[in-house]
Amino acid sequence: MIGSFVRSREAILLAALVALVLLVETRFAGFAAPGNLTRILNDTSILIILALGQMLVILTRCIDLSLASNLALTGMVTAMLNAAMPGLPVGLLLAIAIALGLLLGAFNGLLVWKLEIPSIVVTLGTLTIYRGVIFLVSGGAWVNSHEMSAAYKALPRTELLGLPLLGWTGVAIVAAFAVGVNRTALGRAFYAVGGNPGAAIYTGIDVGRTRFWAFVISGGLAGLCGYLWVSRYAVAYTDVAGGFELDIVAACVIGGISIAGGLGTVTGAVLGALFLGTIKNALPVAGISPFWQMAISGAAIIVAVGFNARRQPGRVILKPEATR
Amino acid sequence: MSITRRIAIATGLVAGLWSTTALAQDNMRIALVAKSLGNGFFEAAARGAEEAAEELGGVEIIYTGPTSTTAEGQIEVINSLIAQRVDAIAISANDPDAVVPALERAMQRGITVISWDSGVAPEGREMHLAPSSDELIGQTIIKLAADQLPEGGKVAVLSATSTSTNQNVWIEEMKQVMGDYPDIEVVATVYGDDLADKSYRETQGLLQSYPDLDAIIAPTSVGIVAAAQAVQDAGKVGEVNVTGLGLPSEMAGAIESGASKSFAIWNPVDLGYATAMIAHALATDAATAEPGAEISMGRMGTATLDDDNQAAMSEPFTYDASNIDEFKSVF
Repeated sequence: MIGSFVRSREAILLAALVALVLLVETRFAGFAAPGNLTRILNDTSILIILALGQMLVILTRCIDLSLASNLALTGMVTAMLNAAMPGLPVGLLLAIAIALGLLLGAFNGLLVWKLEIPSIVVTLGTLTIYRGVIFLVSGGAWVNSHEMSAAYKALPRTELLGLPLLGWTGVAIVAAFAVGVNRTALGRAFYAVGGNPGAAIYTGIDVGRTRFWAFVISGGLAGLCGYLWVSRYAVAYTDVAGGFELDIVAACVIGGISIAGGLGTVTGAVLGALFLGTIKNALPVAGISPFWQMAISGAAIIVAVGFNARRQPGRVILKPEATR
Repeated sequence: MSITRRIAIATGLVAGLWSTTALAQDNMRIALVAKSLGNGFFEAAARGAEEAAEELGGVEIIYTGPTSTTAEGQIEVINSLIAQRVDAIAISANDPDAVVPALERAMQRGITVISWDSGVAPEGREMHLAPSSDELIGQTIIKLAADQLPEGGKVAVLSATSTSTNQNVWIEEMKQVMGDYPDIEVVATVYGDDLADKSYRETQGLLQSYPDLDAIIAPTSVGIVAAAQAVQDAGKVGEVNVTGLGLPSEMAGAIESGASKSFAIWNPVDLGYATAMIAHALATDAATAEPGAEISMGRMGTATLDDDNQAAMSEPFTYDASNIDEFKSVF
């Protein structure tokens, strides 16, 4: 049991993460201090939550590129509601955010399920549509921090045992996933559908319906993150989280979630997100030129995927098929 | 999926695309191209341009831009404006050089091209209207920080992208006058890419790297808001003053919390107004863009072109707790 963990991708990624933290510590003392690590966990929570949602979708051999747009739209809607009606309880806004996210995810899911359009095409379309809708509902105007109620901004910042609620939300979602993905019928169905759709049908799993649920869950999580994001940075505008969809996919890929579907773990997705989050937090304090920052982020992704490929000799997506 | 259903969907999409074109052609059409849509500054400039259009009469303002701050996005926008045969293009460029070929093509087709806010290289435009002179802005942003630090101290700069034309010029101009502030030390320049989350993270990095930092100068409206929020969240209000260039509506919260004591900006409504006035004057041949020329900007006075065909509108205006309430609902 312990032996198999040491040889697993997760163990290598964990080792790389620890090495990265220690490496930054040599350049910037205090980076590995518990307080700072907590801060990174808090900062990365949104990425962790979305990477888990994306993991479900990727497991079923699909991809959801609309998550960041979904996040931005739900965030804008909650911010506008809050600005217009400051009396609305934050709990209700949170429920609206999740419900709207679920709805947007369900729209993706229905197109993939009922019209059988490839998910990359569907979500590439909804990525732009949702982003455009933000512009339509807001008219391009910002919702600024002084227009938001104090309660709206306070929720993710409320500290509990030294970690803000934003971080606790991430922890709770990870725990829910660890149980849900491994111990429920739907959780196992995601793996079955991606691993071998043909076999999944014979075991009585509806492939389309399973994919639909993957999109719905990831959409709901994006809705939740919409509120968290806007509340945390205390500003909502059209371009919120622009390009973040790629960070989410990158976190999954680094975490060893196979783009070919059916393969990946909750631990992997979480570590992948933490790895990316650590790099993002390390670069500003490590005193590295901004011209190098993007190259370094990109190189880290390729190195991580390279490691995964070496551990996975059979994966077609990562290596050309062996000559027969 | 059946073939008829696919055809039905495809037809619907195509019909949807076509129905948005075909508009009135009679008015003089001036396109105001923003760095990106959904940015409060450019929305305000568009309102100013509309105001000029009403004053002039017979002018239609097409306010457009890419959805993200990229030069590629602007090139697509320019190409589509050429195809629509607009009379004038006024652009705030994401890159001074990358948009030049597209703008040259527009000028060859008889379209009046000027740049405003963030400039285009001289060969890609007839003239450039700077919101203020770069010297004045550079002097203003360091003065804002220094005024709050009579004993001197350490300041850091949080900019937009590392290639952004105007921010780089302003920071350069700021460094030119650092000799006037011997006790102020600029310890770092970091780039938040005009993204709220990256700017926030860069600010956190600054606060960690320089625990004795006294001020952050952010000459960009996204960066200054994110920096103020990060300072507030870190509990450093009163220790670190966030200043620079921002919009009153977006900075009202930061002034209220004390994270920012003061900041400056020119009035974007005036800038959009002046831009539209100049574009109209040039497109109607009422004025010619040449060194030394004086072009009327309506209520904003007259723009005088220098040797590079550049003109400055006015000097930046400082906002603080005393006047923020008056302006936060304006722009």
